Amino acid sequence: MKILTTVKRVTDPDMKVKIKPDQSGIITDGVEYRMNSFDEYGVEEAIRLKELHGGEVIVVSVGPAEATKEIRTALAMGADRGILVETNAELDSDAVARVLAEVVRRETPDIIVIGKQAVDSDRNQTGQLLASYLDLPQATFAYSLEVADGWAVVGREVDGGTSTKRVKLPAIITADLRLNEPRYASLPGIMKAKRKPLDTLTPADLGVDIAPKVRVLRYEAPEERAAGEIVGSVDELIDRLRNKAKVI
Amino acid sequence: MDITLNETQSLVQETARKFAGADLRPQAASRDESAEFPLESLAKMAGLGLMGVNIGGEYGGAEAGVVAYSLAVIEIAQGDPAVAVTMAVNNMVSEVIQQFGTSAQRERYIPRLTGGEYSSGSFCLSEPGSGSDAASMRTRAEKTSDGWSLSGAKAWVTSGAYAGVLLVWAKTRNTAGLDEISLFCVDPKADGVAIGKPEKKMGQHASNTVSIAFDKVELSDDALLGEPGQGFKIAMMALDGGRIGIASQAIGIGLEAFNQARAYAVERRQFGKRIADFQAIQFKLADIATELEAARLLTMRAAWLKEQASRPFSREASMAKLYASEAACRACDQAIQILGGYGYTREYPVEKLFRDVRVTRIYEGTNEIQRIVIARDLIRQS
Repeated sequence: MKILTTVKRVTDPDMKVKIKPDQSGIITDGVEYRMNSFDEYGVEEAIRLKELHGGEVIVVSVGPAEATKEIRTALAMGADRGILVETNAELDSDAVARVLAEVVRRETPDIIVIGKQAVDSDRNQTGQLLASYLDLPQATFAYSLEVADGWAVVGREVDGGTSTKRVKLPAIITADLRLNEPRYASLPGIMKAKRKPLDTLTPADLGVDIAPKVRVLRYEAPEERAAGEIVGSVDELIDRLRNKAKVI
Repeated sequence: MDITLNETQSLVQETARKFAGADLRPQAASRDESAEFPLESLAKMAGLGLMGVNIGGEYGGAEAGVVAYSLAVIEIAQGDPAVAVTMAVNNMVSEVIQQFGTSAQRERYIPRLTGGEYSSGSFCLSEPGSGSDAASMRTRAEKTSDGWSLSGAKAWVTSGAYAGVLLVWAKTRNTAGLDEISLFCVDPKADGVAIGKPEKKMGQHASNTVSIAFDKVELSDDALLGEPGQGFKIAMMALDGGRIGIASQAIGIGLEAFNQARAYAVERRQFGKRIADFQAIQFKLADIATELEAARLLTMRAAWLKEQASRPFSREASMAKLYASEAACRACDQAIQILGGYGYTREYPVEKLFRDVRVTRIYEGTNEIQRIVIARDLIRQS
């Protein structure tokens, strides 16, 4: 089974994001980067599929040269080879999906398991767009995945609960948080990863125009939240909601 | 000159950091209370390759090098210093066996240490009456017809109650009838080995520290590690490497104290502003961070020198251990000062860090001994 998964290099979600004074983006000086946490679930699931069914895990990233570190982390976890589509351009989800679609056409994997969204821009579009560009079935927000006889049965997180979807492979599955518990990259895994193949391409090599279709006008910080208040009783709560917050 | 980490080193650091954050830090306070030995965490760490960072792949090690080892200990110590010292000793025991053991000894012990079958291994060098003056040890191994008979008492044995193998230094007699020091691999379950009660320590409660008595313990000839009479040299070499481990542990404790103090300083408000806005607090934060950075660079250089294996690193390792342990003690002390009354309570982690860090100025050679090592080396080269 040939399994394709993806990793995005994102700003550390635990750090405080500061917006540039001209609101054109975030300040990246001194910022730490790491693998998008939803991608960790995608990579883990891809490796589990390989462990169960045999085959090969290919990990793809679209981004700067530094993203080899995130690819290398996935290789250290157990993926077999990496592909970096290198670009320093600002990418929208559509451009990433079109780049990935071209990689998928070349690699022809049996299944594509990726994170449901990136924790930096939180757009949650790439998986869906990718399915559309490839005209393949999709099952998003997976909390469970079973593969047999060319089909995948996917438990999905949906509004109001869960649902189950059966899709014919190849298909695009996007991973949610309950899907698995991602393993750490072990030290022997890290050492082995050094010798695993990692190819670098450019969007131009793939014939993909990455000019963005989405224009970002400006970044704004959300309004600062005032400290909460602990009330002693329901009556007091109702009083605060009515007279202080004025919401009832 | 390039002092940035390579990709492998940063990945090792990241794995150790993630593990420390997810597995160790949440349990550190309760383990301090219960003094429970962290068997489960140690097994997971073996699974991640952290028990053989600088050990050959043929023995289940990661071969990631000394710098990566030091980085990993720094991260693990930030999660729980007691686990870091256990990890450091395990790595050291395997390194000694790898460097001086016969292939039979390596094959027998190292994979069990790196793979987690042995939760730990132990060094038995100090005695109740012999600490800094290691050569005055009284434990003795008498030659018998088919091996050795070992008798004596060892003290301050880290992980002793849980060790799968004990490395025991003992006096032996050479062919000229003179005393020398030799090193033996001893099975802790052998007849005549009595493990004492755990010491009740000021800090690092989740590490295990015991005395061990040996009463006519029979050892076969192949229990000898290295050549007869080579024991003291092996001990000194092992301690040079061990000092990089303890320097790293101290830096980890200091960094954790710094992070706690900084987080508190930007939250706590007095006189209408954050206490981080007062110069008195800013100077403390600046001093702690500067000293820990200096300690880190000293330690990285000692680790790098050991990794090059092309020249001695004894002086540098002693400098790193001396400076890092003292900087880390000051960091924990000042962190308590920044947290004020809260820092003195067990509600906040700095009280525990202050207790945990103190021994880094004592073990692996007291800081007074480090100064002697450094001074002798300086004078030798004058």
